[in-house]
Amino acid sequence: MSMQMGTLERVAGSIVVGSGISDVKMGEVVMVGREELIGEVVKLTEGGFTAQVFESTGGVGPGEKIVGTGKKLVAELGPGLLDRIYDGVARDLELLFKERGSFIQRGVRVNTLRRDVEWEFKPSLLKGASVGEGDILGTVLETPMLRHHILVPPGVKGRLKQIEEGSFRVNETIAIIAGKDGEYEASLMQEWPVKVPRPFKEGGRLGLDLPLITGQRVIDTFYPIAKGGAAAIPGGFGTGKTVMLQQIAKWSDADVVVYTGCGERGNEMCDVLTEFPRLKDPKKGRPLMERTILLANTSNMPVAAREASIYMGVTMGEYYRDQGYDVALMADSTSRWAEALREVSGRLEELPVEQGYPAYLPDRVAEFYERAGRMVVLGSPERNGSVTIIGAVSPPGGDFNEPLTIATLRYAGVFWALDPELAFSRHFPAVNWLKSYSLYSGPLLSTFTESWASHSEYEKTLSWWHEISSRYEEYRTKALELLNTAASIESIARVIGESALPDDQQLVLLAAEMLKEGFLRQFAFDEVDAYCQPEKQALLLKMLIDFHTNALKLVTRKVPIDLVKELQQIPLIMRAKENPGGTRYIAQLMEDSQQALEKIASNYGFTTKEEY
Amino acid sequence: MVSRPRRSIKLTSKLRLEDIQGEVYRGVSEIKGSLVFVRDVKDVTYDEVVIMRGPDNIDRMGRVLDVSHELAIVQVLGSTSDLQTDMALKFTGTTFKIPVSDQVLGRMFNGLYRPVDGLPPLASGDVRETDGTPINPIARIQPNNFIQTGISAIDGMLSLVRGQKLPIFTESGLPHNRLAAQIARQATVRGEKEEFALVFGAMGLKRDDATFFVDQFRNSGAIEKSVVILNLAEDPAVERLLTPRIALTVAEYLAFDLELHVLVILDDMTLYCEALRELSAAKEEVPGRAGYPGYLYSDLATIYERAGIVSGRKGSLTQMPILTMPGGDIRHPIPDLTGYITEGQVFLDRDLYLRGIYPPINVLPSLSRLMRSGIGSSKTRDDHRDVADQLYDAYARGIRARDLAKIVGELGLNEREKKFLEFSEAFEKLFVGQGDSENRPVEETLDRAWDLLAKIPEAELVRIHEELIAKYHPHHRANTRE
Repeated sequence: MSMQMGTLERVAGSIVVGSGISDVKMGEVVMVGREELIGEVVKLTEGGFTAQVFESTGGVGPGEKIVGTGKKLVAELGPGLLDRIYDGVARDLELLFKERGSFIQRGVRVNTLRRDVEWEFKPSLLKGASVGEGDILGTVLETPMLRHHILVPPGVKGRLKQIEEGSFRVNETIAIIAGKDGEYEASLMQEWPVKVPRPFKEGGRLGLDLPLITGQRVIDTFYPIAKGGAAAIPGGFGTGKTVMLQQIAKWSDADVVVYTGCGERGNEMCDVLTEFPRLKDPKKGRPLMERTILLANTSNMPVAAREASIYMGVTMGEYYRDQGYDVALMADSTSRWAEALREVSGRLEELPVEQGYPAYLPDRVAEFYERAGRMVVLGSPERNGSVTIIGAVSPPGGDFNEPLTIATLRYAGVFWALDPELAFSRHFPAVNWLKSYSLYSGPLLSTFTESWASHSEYEKTLSWWHEISSRYEEYRTKALELLNTAASIESIARVIGESALPDDQQLVLLAAEMLKEGFLRQFAFDEVDAYCQPEKQALLLKMLIDFHTNALKLVTRKVPIDLVKELQQIPLIMRAKENPGGTRYIAQLMEDSQQALEKIASNYGFTTKEEY
Repeated sequence: MVSRPRRSIKLTSKLRLEDIQGEVYRGVSEIKGSLVFVRDVKDVTYDEVVIMRGPDNIDRMGRVLDVSHELAIVQVLGSTSDLQTDMALKFTGTTFKIPVSDQVLGRMFNGLYRPVDGLPPLASGDVRETDGTPINPIARIQPNNFIQTGISAIDGMLSLVRGQKLPIFTESGLPHNRLAAQIARQATVRGEKEEFALVFGAMGLKRDDATFFVDQFRNSGAIEKSVVILNLAEDPAVERLLTPRIALTVAEYLAFDLELHVLVILDDMTLYCEALRELSAAKEEVPGRAGYPGYLYSDLATIYERAGIVSGRKGSLTQMPILTMPGGDIRHPIPDLTGYITEGQVFLDRDLYLRGIYPPINVLPSLSRLMRSGIGSSKTRDDHRDVADQLYDAYARGIRARDLAKIVGELGLNEREKKFLEFSEAFEKLFVGQGDSENRPVEETLDRAWDLLAKIPEAELVRIHEELIAKYHPHHRANTRE
């Protein structure tokens, strides 16, 4: 790759104009000024070009050099990505810290992958085998939680002339592949331009019918997300976007989590860094960091790197997908990314459309979200992998009618609308149950019920357990119906007062209240409640819906609503989610409350069971 | 290639044209607002500081905003009135830097870091770029030291921790200055004797407001441990763009070099943003919402993100910016973007103030994102989190009942709604309301909360764990005492 030297003509903030590089390409990485600040070419003109610089340009002026590297912005991919934190252009922040101290200086070059670490490589192919792109050459145990497959890079095929077992650094040759156009020396790492989606098997996109189980009730039960799907979390500030993303990053059943902090708070990233190593993966019992990659480009870091961080994250995600893993990518927040696009566009003096955003914003959003998916990946042995994208959106003023939210909703299959009203009364997650939706919910629910039906031996022996698994969708619909009806009754109650409502309507309000408190509200920092096992979700929902069904029988037989409201079990039901007794406790409570209702019924001379 | 050495010049003293070596440029092509356009420049760099002398023989400072071979656009820091295209300029070859040393404590400067307390400028010390550099996220320490402000609404429900940035969202005519001064006076970390060092950055403040603050610091003796940077209402608006950055550069020095715990009050961020808009308009940039530039978020972030705790240093930098919401609208771009960067907000409410409640903090739209890590059994008390949650919930219900009562009348409410209504009235008077010299320890704050929560039926306290109810609820406490 040839380096070419040019001259700086103009410097205006993060945008510089240069000349004198003859075959400069769009997207080419350039090094600006004496300190060789990294930038990327964003515009070509006759005799010159414009680049955005990923670092601050104070003290740089016309006449200084600008060097074209001939390369695009690439991600270094290989073992050692996990359990680390990087900035927006994937510089290892810990190395940066060791080299330059607590504050990020500009003009410092550090690699993504550490060169001094040796990895134990175990080949899975023999010398002489013929290999094609995506084939697994061998494996490296990257962390105790993840076996890293070393792949033949896209575009390479031939005969395996040499392959060696042993300890290697990421840039040392582990195999030689002899192809038609010469030999390729494979190492543990490869590079990939971040703005180009990595290829997968042609026609290999799979249906989205596996749920990403998050342990968050409002998600798993009401608005589930599929592995390989895309979700948007729009919400004004203080509505809990970040906490929700972090919850999914912590508890979802993905193999690898890429958490991209794009233009957000430094203390929040620090929070993740402090908390993740302490928390254990619910399935494997290992520290969460062992399956996590963090990208931190905080709001005061250079704007152009913010744009890069999103692509960097998704490229890393695709790389693990290609190994056959399920990856969950969190982007917090895509609005900051869109603003970076707007800022650069403004400085390029492009014609703005709505709210100053460039006209190509929806295209960029589409390109990004379309990199999600579950697919058959390249190479043998045949395997599937997925990238699930969950993007936070921070609409100005919390108003969803703005360009980015609108563009995002077009491509995301799940919409978790966060509601400031709920957040004000500290109902978290503040997902509005009336405005949100999931396009995946139908097929996902059946796999969701299957997954928990197989979980718990204890429940399987119980007769009602079969009933829930066959009627879960019905329960869910019933719950949403109750919440919906309650919303319209509330607006009437606001005019005439709750006590003036007929008893059955008061019961709906009570049931909705119990659903909100006992099911929808989930405390992210409670030891028991932070992660709710699927089977526990099912049981909680059944308890709440059955309570309403049975209480309704009482109310229709003219039992005064106050007798129901006074039941001691009601506060217990609302708190059952936090009880360390888990499903056994809930099963017991379910029986108790049923008996309590039955007792009232018998006082009035009938039984709740007769209509069954 | 440019080989000119980077000179390090102290820009604080009254820098004069003669003090700088190098070529003098005579005459500029255009002056527009605070911008000056200079043709045919050589060896000029982006963000470089410029000294300009007009026909009035006054030297002004400026910064390069855009530079090419043909043209440099310079932003004048200060008034451009009386400037003529026939002026002299020199490029200093350095970006904007200020000297800092331990002598800075107890001093007072204007918005360009020139002393206004009659003392000479800082003589020696380190030279720092005012723009600062981002803290490496990995070098940050999670802020988790509870700061007791002695104000119940804040300590109880919006706990502030060391290293946090918590703005006050307010409106003109509300007592935000009184509140900020009270916090500055009372803030302590529990179990530590050490007081906070104060850095006060005023942007476009009225002279009497500035005097109020300075008097407050003086009366409480805090002036010895404080630094005041004053850009007053009558000072040029463009200077305001530097003021918060100077204040934070000084604060970073105090926190991370001298290892002090520093509280920075920036007042009023709205006027800072307006100055930024003015400059953006002069540069003919594409305006975003309400005419503010599209990069307002990024620009504000370079100010607010300069709070925190850094590993290996003992000090901390806590920010409390004050911003007046134009028209009281929290959705206005300034409070909106601020809220996305800061770790919560303290919201002052005109309605509460009109009903005679000081401090008029409306807790519902207020929030402290770092509260969770700063409270609990080892830090404040084991019931703190649950009590705060329950207060939020109960108060929100009380407010709903109050709205309902406006339609159906209080008689139309049911018993439950009446209880919550009663609770919310008492909550505003006895919990939120307090005197401006009343300093309540956090235990008193929590005990007050329990007394109020006792007004609603125990079964309604679903957000408090049962064992905590048994431990702290006044009914149970009374029982155990008997």
